[in-house]
Amino acid sequence: MAVTSSERTGDDASKASLLYRPEVRQIIYQVVLALALVMFFYTIVTNAAENMRRLNIASGLGFWNRTSGFDVGQHLIPYSATSTYGDAFWVGMLNTLLVAAIGIVLATIIGFLVGVGRLSSNWLVARLSTVYVELLRNMPLLLQLFFWYFAVLKVLPQARQAIVLPGGSFLSNRGLNLPSPVAEPGLGIVGIALLVGIALSIAVGMWAKRRRLLTGQPFPVLWSTVGLAMLMPLVVALILGRPMSFDYPIKGTFNFTGGIVVTPEFLALLFGLSLYTASFIAEIVRAGILAVSKGQKEAAAALGLQPSQALRLVVVPQAMRIVIPPLTSQYLNLTKNSSLGLAIAYPELVSVTGTMLNQTGQAVEIILMVMGVYLTLSLLTSAFMNWFNSRVALVER
Amino acid sequence: MKSLKIAGMAALVALAGTTGALAQAKGLDAIKARGTLLCGTSPGVPGFAQPDDKGNWVGLDVDYCRALAVAIFNDPMKVTFKPLTSKERFTALQSGEVDLLSRTTTWTMSRDSSMGMSFAGVTLYDGQGFMVKKSLGVKAAKELNGASVCVQTGTTTELNLADFFRTNKITYKPVVFEKADETVAAFDSGRCDAYTNDRSGLAAERTKLKKPDDAVVLPDIISKEPLGPVVRQGDSQFFTLAKWVYFALLNLEEAGVTQANVDEMAKSANPDIKRLLGSEGEFGKGIGVANDWAYQIAKKVGNYGEIYDRHFGPKTPINIERGQNKLWTQGGLQYAPPIR
Repeated sequence: MAVTSSERTGDDASKASLLYRPEVRQIIYQVVLALALVMFFYTIVTNAAENMRRLNIASGLGFWNRTSGFDVGQHLIPYSATSTYGDAFWVGMLNTLLVAAIGIVLATIIGFLVGVGRLSSNWLVARLSTVYVELLRNMPLLLQLFFWYFAVLKVLPQARQAIVLPGGSFLSNRGLNLPSPVAEPGLGIVGIALLVGIALSIAVGMWAKRRRLLTGQPFPVLWSTVGLAMLMPLVVALILGRPMSFDYPIKGTFNFTGGIVVTPEFLALLFGLSLYTASFIAEIVRAGILAVSKGQKEAAAALGLQPSQALRLVVVPQAMRIVIPPLTSQYLNLTKNSSLGLAIAYPELVSVTGTMLNQTGQAVEIILMVMGVYLTLSLLTSAFMNWFNSRVALVER
Repeated sequence: MKSLKIAGMAALVALAGTTGALAQAKGLDAIKARGTLLCGTSPGVPGFAQPDDKGNWVGLDVDYCRALAVAIFNDPMKVTFKPLTSKERFTALQSGEVDLLSRTTTWTMSRDSSMGMSFAGVTLYDGQGFMVKKSLGVKAAKELNGASVCVQTGTTTELNLADFFRTNKITYKPVVFEKADETVAAFDSGRCDAYTNDRSGLAAERTKLKKPDDAVVLPDIISKEPLGPVVRQGDSQFFTLAKWVYFALLNLEEAGVTQANVDEMAKSANPDIKRLLGSEGEFGKGIGVANDWAYQIAKKVGNYGEIYDRHFGPKTPINIERGQNKLWTQGGLQYAPPIR
């Protein structure tokens, strides 16, 4: 029976019309699917346009160049109520980028320390690291942000009783007021000295690496870098008579004027995001280190490397291969989670565009733009991390 | 998460035609068929809309929705209140998530003209002001040069604030919050020198402070804030009904009809009162409701003055002078066209 039926199928297939050919069918299915998708999105777009027209809701991007009329508390580019909605959008995006960029660096440092700490042979360090991870990754981030924000506000004194810090800085519940540097003539030469120092340090580093590979002789790269990239520009600056002055914050009636201010909203969001994400990064790092086989550490010890050298030169480079892909996800999470800043008055993208949305009433356009920004940021981050991953991936020899 | 909600509602606007989710086309009939009025309101502002200790919504904005529900269903409880943040509210109305907003919303030209909404009236004439801690020693808003000001996002307040400081050539630092509770908490903890909002809102929020007596509302009024209910544009039947429920509340007060004396007044020979309470003419028909709609509103909700006293009167902790919100006959701005 089985034989006959299969013979018949084969027989039919050869005689059958084009429609019954598997490869033709495949194409037809795909064309139908593509058409359905196009129809679906076309319907959504035309429907939205039609509905908005019928409801007399303004549409289009005409608002972009209109005067915004509202102020934003923290702006990295010049901005005031007379600027445009477009400017407000960039202000919000830069604020998001600022907290995300610093947060990623901070979360990575804390995460690596805690992750390594959990594997420490020191009982107290290992337990404290465990408590840190379990406490922070198991509580909702929004709650933690409220905690940090209101804790920061409660602990810090009023502006009039601000804590005076060395170097002309003040700490109060209005934030951290720091002196801001003001360039004076001659600063350009110091900048050139800095660039030259950095270039020389890189050259020395490359030379030292080649010498070590050839002769096995180590070279104190750290000290040469400090000397070239930090001390040299400093000496140049001193010779030129300190071509930079500072704008110190001065206590006004209500707030400080002058200098730069790091707002409590920014600090709370930065701490909240970094500490929360660091707890996840710690676990990723721990997993990465544990995945490196024990033999590697033993081999390093047999070669005479100290435990710290073994960790730095043998274990971590191999662990990185495992760590980087999940680390990328954490970076993306941190960037996206920064949108929770609107709950604690940090003027990031969602907060600023929320005001724009309310003033213009154009929800569809603005939400799409915000989604576009987050998508772009995420794709750029993953592209960079993928490139980095391919750099550190194990090279098979 | 909030933005997700708005995104969802924006998607609803987009999809509405295909799914038929937009109640707008069916208007009043759809509300009657549903059996409940969907009223978008504030998520807890004392005096305007706030759940009491039994979980019932109370407030001026709430009572307007109850009066509208009485007109439609003859039952003040047939309202589903949807608390909305200032940011969510317009998208919620546009997408058909709610039938109307009765949510301390300022009537402005751009909102009336380019956002697909119509304002049904002014249930409260208000103006924006500032609240400061007494310890600052500030007597007028113009002394606030360089101050940090707490403000809630998504409101006309943000724009008025910027305008005020710009006009007076003084500076300030805005601290913009998503919700009223966080704004109050930040002001209370001294993050800001001043808190700006509509003056009625300030008086209401003041009661939420740990020590309300330490704060004072400055006398300056920096803007006009006519607050009122809003419906979607394009449904003239519902729009007319919403307008006349508001007018009825005023006309009831003007005619001296109260919750207590409404049955007595119904026997009155005065033709104005007869038309108002539905014993003469067929005015209910014109707005698609029962003829005794205003009588029922008076009996079940009360007139405008009673509602005001209940939520802002001298016996409440908020206690705001009625001022501009008195009837025109008493020197105020509240004026309703006659029912005839």
